[in-house]
This record gives sequence, structure tokens and C-alpha cells, in this order.
Amino acid sequence: MEALSHVNYWAAIVLAMIGLYAVIAPSNLIKKLIGLGMFQSAIFLVYITVGKVEGGTAPIIDSGHAVYSNPLPHVLILTAIVVAVSTLAVGLALAVAIKRDYGTVEEDEIDEQDRR
Amino acid sequence: MTEHLVLRVISKLLIPPILLFALYVQMHGDYGPGGGFQAGVIFGAGLILYGLVFGTEAMRAVAPPRLLVVLACLGVLLYAGVGVASMIGGGEFLEYGALSADATHGNHVGIIIIEIGVGIAVASVMTIIFTALAEWR
Amino acid sequence: MIATHLPVLQVAVPLIAAPICVLLRRGSYAWIFTTVICWGLLAIAALLLDQVMSGGAISYRLGGWEPPIGIEYRLDGVNAFVLLILAGTAALMMPYARQSVEREVRPERRHLFYAIFLLALTGLLGITATGDVFNIYVFLEISSLASYVLIAQGTRRRARTASFQYLIIGTIGASLILVGVGFLYAKTGTLNIADLAVRVPALGETPAVLAAFAFITVGVLIKLALFPFHMWLPNAYAYAPSMVSAFLAATATKVGAYMLLRFVFTVFGVHFAFETMPLTEILLALSLIAVLAGSLVAVFQSDLKRLLAFSSVGQIGYLGVGIGLASVTGVTGALVHIFNHALMKGGLFLAAGTIAYRLGATDLSALHGLGRRMPFTMAAVVIGGLGLVGVPITSGFVSKWYLVQAAFEQDLWPVALFVLAGSLIALAYVGRVIEAAYFRPPPPDSEPVQEAPWAMQLSTWALIAGSVYFGLHTDLTVGIAERAATVLLAGAP
Repeated sequence: MEALSHVNYWAAIVLAMIGLYAVIAPSNLIKKLIGLGMFQSAIFLVYITVGKVEGGTAPIIDSGHAVYSNPLPHVLILTAIVVAVSTLAVGLALAVAIKRDYGTVEEDEIDEQDRR
Repeated sequence: MTEHLVLRVISKLLIPPILLFALYVQMHGDYGPGGGFQAGVIFGAGLILYGLVFGTEAMRAVAPPRLLVVLACLGVLLYAGVGVASMIGGGEFLEYGALSADATHGNHVGIIIIEIGVGIAVASVMTIIFTALAEWR
Repeated sequence: MIATHLPVLQVAVPLIAAPICVLLRRGSYAWIFTTVICWGLLAIAALLLDQVMSGGAISYRLGGWEPPIGIEYRLDGVNAFVLLILAGTAALMMPYARQSVEREVRPERRHLFYAIFLLALTGLLGITATGDVFNIYVFLEISSLASYVLIAQGTRRRARTASFQYLIIGTIGASLILVGVGFLYAKTGTLNIADLAVRVPALGETPAVLAAFAFITVGVLIKLALFPFHMWLPNAYAYAPSMVSAFLAATATKVGAYMLLRFVFTVFGVHFAFETMPLTEILLALSLIAVLAGSLVAVFQSDLKRLLAFSSVGQIGYLGVGIGLASVTGVTGALVHIFNHALMKGGLFLAAGTIAYRLGATDLSALHGLGRRMPFTMAAVVIGGLGLVGVPITSGFVSKWYLVQAAFEQDLWPVALFVLAGSLIALAYVGRVIEAAYFRPPPPDSEPVQEAPWAMQLSTWALIAGSVYFGLHTDLTVGIAERAATVLLAGAP
């Protein structure tokens, strides 16, 4: 039963592995970016889980509550989400530029053109 | 998307409250959940919805890309400016307390200006990203 | 008053300058502005190094929050030294930038190029200056995102695919660092490096710390581009604009090496990293393969920029050897090599850029007879190349001398042998360039080639001359590096 109590961490591992697989396996650049996003989300999940305090509420000071969740991981992950958004934006812009230059976003076709 | 009447009417109804809500989140940020980043994203989402429904041409008229770039830079400079101002005020970089003789008051002013800077920068950058990708041929 | 704010100014000035660059709208104004900023940063870095050398570590509290709660910028002998390298190479490369960027970047993008260049510099300086592990992640991503964009500005379309590949690998590397930092935070409740240095060893060998160590090490090795994580590097350096190749080759991997030093020696501690975990064996094995394989592959390249990029893979191996040996001499060697390699490889990539500026290509076959036609540029290539080999009186000799000495100290003579073998292979690839330039006649139908513009020569020669100067006058670099290495090996700052 102890394994089940860490359900968030299991989810994060599964999510990270699906993400990594999606980065490596498909040859489509957009799919790779989607996989990258999933991989990063898995890490966000780990952080948010770490910040949870049993019985704690949202960290807004209120007379009715004494126990709050740890807000610091939330702030860190907000920053990491901004980074993820920027990475996605740069990645998509590159994919668009690659499409313009090569006429395709499939990696095997790009490699073939490069070899010629 | 000229033929989607329902979509057009509903978004016309939705966009003003979205933008208003963004301002609420912006100004409410130092008391509760919210702040510049969230507000900027919501504001940007409102503009992006406008662009999606009415086309990028209409969006250019509302939010000219050149203006957005300037705004994004000014947002960052506003943030950094507070940092420099607090250094001139005798504190460390971004020590808002040094902005005013009364530290609590200084903290208050500092965080609001910073969040406004963040809000402007994030809203413009989100919109720039959308237009840049939507208009690239 | 300003002197107390220097640590934050080092990072904040380029960060503030970047949006101003965007607002300037003209490439030429942006270039002048960026040049002024870079030289200002160099002055700041020099003042900081002087302060650290005379007065010990400096701590700066961002926003007035006391560490370990607030973010702290903490400068000791190690990162003050790296800051000087970063600001110095950036400043020396600026005269080169104007003509090179005018040739390779479209007019409407030039001011943005300089803005992003400043952001990349901000990120690298930030990683180095900060005393907070999460801050390291944020600055790492700032510098990485900026470098992806800079690399993609290359004139050939392969620049875009190279940049995309780097984006994928680099993001995974940074994410792994983020996971590791998360584990450390979950276990210790702190992100401050000095505080972690006290708390992490006290935890002992808990699974979370082991996992954090593994994640962070692999993440940093990806950023360092140590074999087998080097796959992104050759294409990225070969197809980026000349200025970007030179700047990234001189700085980005060096900051990776700094991160490795900081995490391994300060956060986890020598005892944990090298006795509990087999980091010496892993690093030495990977680094020696990198030295041999990187240099060997370089021998068979037909393009000068690719050759230099693979040579970088090999030279990064030397950094790994020094760090893996985990002795004062070894780390001194690694730190000196960070400095020397930044000068040599920066200069060489700049020279390759001037060749591309005049010939439009950097194929070795295009170099035939260039020794006569571009004598100054080729002389720079030869001197820089001999530095890569490690010929005495060049600075490459100094760093290799320390690495070999460190290997003998621990009776690891095979390591010393491998280091020397790497030099021999380096001689082979440098020899190929020299052969092409000096011993092959120029193609009969070739158009006359002018020597490169003086501003570009100035930057190239400043770096190359520096590499010779610091080969002869080792007191400065070795003195600083030795003190820094002693600080690192002593553990907590």
C-alpha cells in the first residue's frame, strides 16, 4: 500500500518517460516539442507535490487557517513554466523556419536533404 | 472567419470582461493570488482570442507589433528601473523598502510598479509570440 | 557606494541593456552601445576579482533579504575568475562583431542580434555570479534560449536544424538539473549554495541525495558537452554565425565546467562526490574518450569550423580530466585551461570567421595557398592551433603541464599518457590546416583575396596574443586558479 501513497511521483515518472519517448521516437519536430513539454510538466508535478503540506490550505494568510502549503515550490515552478513557454515558443519558431527552409518538419526527410 | 456569427458575437462579449479581469488580477496581486505574470497572460489571451476570431489584420490595428515590442522593452525596463531606484535609495538591488522613508510604504509602491512592469511585458510578449507565429509565411 | 553593488551590476547591466538595444532600432547604434556595455562589464569583473583577491569572498543580498532565505550573489576566487573570462572574451570580440554581423545578419535583425547576445551574456554571467541553485537553472535557461536563437541566425539552413537539436538536448539537460535541484530542496529546504554545502553532507547517502547528484551531474555534463553528451555541439558551432561560434566556444562550455565544479565540490562536497560516488572513474573515463575521440574525429573533418568544433569536444575532455582528478593541481589545471581555451578557441573561431568573411567558405580545400594571401589571419590560426596542441610558450602548454603533473601525483600515468596522445592527435589536425594553407598552391582560377578588415584582425589577434602572453606569464592565471582550486577543495565556502 505504501507504493500507492506516492501516486503523484508514479504519475510524474510515467509522464516523464512518455515525454522522453515522444522526444526521441517520432521524426516530426512538433511532436518532439510536445514530448518536451510533457517531460517538463512531469518535473513541475514533482515540485508541486513536494510543496504540499498535509492538511494545509492555499498559502494566503487567513485567520481561519493555521496550516498552509509551502508556496516556494509554486513560485519556482511558475518561473519554470515561463521558461517552458519560452522554450516552446523558440522551438516552434525554429520549426516554422525549418519548414520554410526545407519544406518539411519530418526529421528523416530533413536529414536526407542535408546528406545530398 | 467571417461566417461564424456565434463565435464572433460571443467573443465580442467575452473579450472586454477578460481584459477587465486581467486588470483585476494585476491590481489584486499584492493582497491575494494574482500578479503581473498571471494578469499579463490573461490580457494576452484576450488579445489572442481577438486575433483568432477576427484575423491578424484586425489584430494589427488593435495591437501594432512595433508598439508591442516597445511595450515589452518598457515593461522590463520598468522592473529593472525599480531595482536601480532602490539602489539609489540606499538599499540593495530590488530592495523596495528603500524607495520611501517608510519601509512598508516603499515595499508597497515597489511591488505594484514591478508587477505592472511584469504585466505589460508578459502581455506584449504573449501577443508578439502569437502574431509572429500566426503571420509567418 | 557603487563598489558594494558591483556583484549585481555585473548581471543587471547587460539585462537592462538588452531591451535598450531593442529600442535603439539601428544595428550600428546597438553595436556601439553593446561595445560600451561589454567593456563596462569587463571593468566590473576586473574590480570584483581584485576585491575578492584582496578581501575574500563577497556576498550580495538581492532585495535586502538575508541569505539563505533570499537570493544571494556570492563571489569567491572561482567565479570571480570565470566572470573575468566571460566579460573579457565578450569585450575583446566586440570590435569583430560589427563587420561580421553586417555580413551575416539581415539589417532589420541586427539590433535584435545584439540584444540577444547581451541576454546570452547575462545568462552566463548570472550562472557564474549567483549563489542560489534555482537561480542557476533560470540563468542557464536564459543563456540557452538566447544561444538557440543566436545559432539559428547562421546563413546556412542547417543552422536551424542544429539549433533545434541543441534546443531539445539542452532543455532536457536543464530539466534534469531542475529535478536534481528539486530533490535537494525537498531534502534540505534550502536553495542557497552555501547553506546546501552545510546541509547536504549532513544527510549522508539518502536515496534522494544520490538521485539529486545523478540528475545534476548528467544535466551539467550535457551543458558541458562532455562525451557522450557532445552530439549537439559540432553542428551548433559549425553553422552558427562566426561571432556566435566564437563567443559560445569561448564561454558556454566554460560555464558548464564552472557549474560542474560548483555542484560537485561546493554543494555535494569532495568526500561525497569522489569517495561515496565513483565520479573520478566516470569523469576520467568519459574525458579520456572525449580527448581521443573528439580529436580523432577532428582530424577527418573537411571544414575548418567543424574541425574546430570537434577539437572543442576533445579540449572539453581536458577540463573533465582536471576536475575528475580532484586534486589542487588537477583543478588548477582545469581552471587554467578554462581560461586558456577560451582565448585560443575564441581566437581560432574568430580567425575562421574572417576567412569565411573573405572567402565565403571555410572548407579546408578553400584554404589552399591562404598562407600567402591572408598572412596575418593564417598566422593567428597557426599560433592558436599550436596552443591547442600544447606547444611550449603557448598557454595550452601550461594547462596540460598541470594536468599531467596532477596525473603523476596520483600515479595515474595512463591518464598522463592519454593527455599526451591527445596532443599528438591535435598536432595532426592542426597540421592539416597548416598544410592546406601553406603547402598547397592556390587554385589557378582563384580570385585575389584581401587580408581581413583591421577591426576583425584586432579581435582575433587580441585573443591569440593573450593566449601567448599567458603562456609566458603564468603567475597571474595560475596564481588565481591555484587559490581558487584550494578554496574549492577545502569544501564549504
